[in-house]
Amino acid sequence: MLNPDLVGSTFEGATSTTISAESIAAFATALGESDTHIAPPTYAITISLEQSQAVLEGSGLDWSRVVHGDQRFAINKPLTAGMVITCNSTIESARMVAGNEIVTVRSDLIESREVTVSSWSTLVFRA
Amino acid sequence: MSALTAGQILVPKTYIINRAALVTYANASGDQNPIHQNEEFAKSVGLENVIAHGMYTMGLVGQYISEIAGSSSKVKEFSARFTKPVVVPADTDVELVVSATVTEIIDGCAKLEVTATCNDAKVLGMTKAVILL
Repeated sequence: MLNPDLVGSTFEGATSTTISAESIAAFATALGESDTHIAPPTYAITISLEQSQAVLEGSGLDWSRVVHGDQRFAINKPLTAGMVITCNSTIESARMVAGNEIVTVRSDLIESREVTVSSWSTLVFRA
Repeated sequence: MSALTAGQILVPKTYIINRAALVTYANASGDQNPIHQNEEFAKSVGLENVIAHGMYTMGLVGQYISEIAGSSSKVKEFSARFTKPVVVPADTDVELVVSATVTEIIDGCAKLEVTATCNDAKVLGMTKAVILL
């Protein structure tokens, strides 16, 4: 179980990611998008999920038991090639329901101290 | 794009999901979890068969929303609940049918409620988006 003291904690991403044109094009193409220059609305997951995983593995949850429950994005500025992004993740909530632990992590993708996209992933760790 | 109005029901679109598409998405997204590619592995962890990445299904819905908006850059908010896995047997094209209703026009934005089904069963719940007009 997640240490309740960690709820509200923010973990700052140690490394930055430079978004490449190839990465956006591959993601857009996989979704059948004809415009391969602007990141699709779900592209942020390629950055945020890895960060959420790192945060939660460090807190002792068993990643092999995880199911993605809910996902939300708030897009202030679309992601484009050349942006240098750092990702800060905050554990917003953790609760037990029928033996399953449900954790919501918000990841803020930041460029030049400005939040471009916020991504909320609710993950269910099955009992 | 013609102007959207509250209550408007938008034209549905069908997306094809198959094993090859899951491999393409896995490579593009970096999510190489074997439950999305390896039938033997998927069954070993209690799944009926290989299942699509939830984020792939949501991504296809995102494409539908981007098309309505006229560009990916006009999507401001997008959310979904993963209610039912999309099962993808070998050598099979699974149809994902996406449709939406405009629920509100406010502050230069349209709010959409989206439905995504496979074989007439809803695979996403609470699927909503806000797009710039």
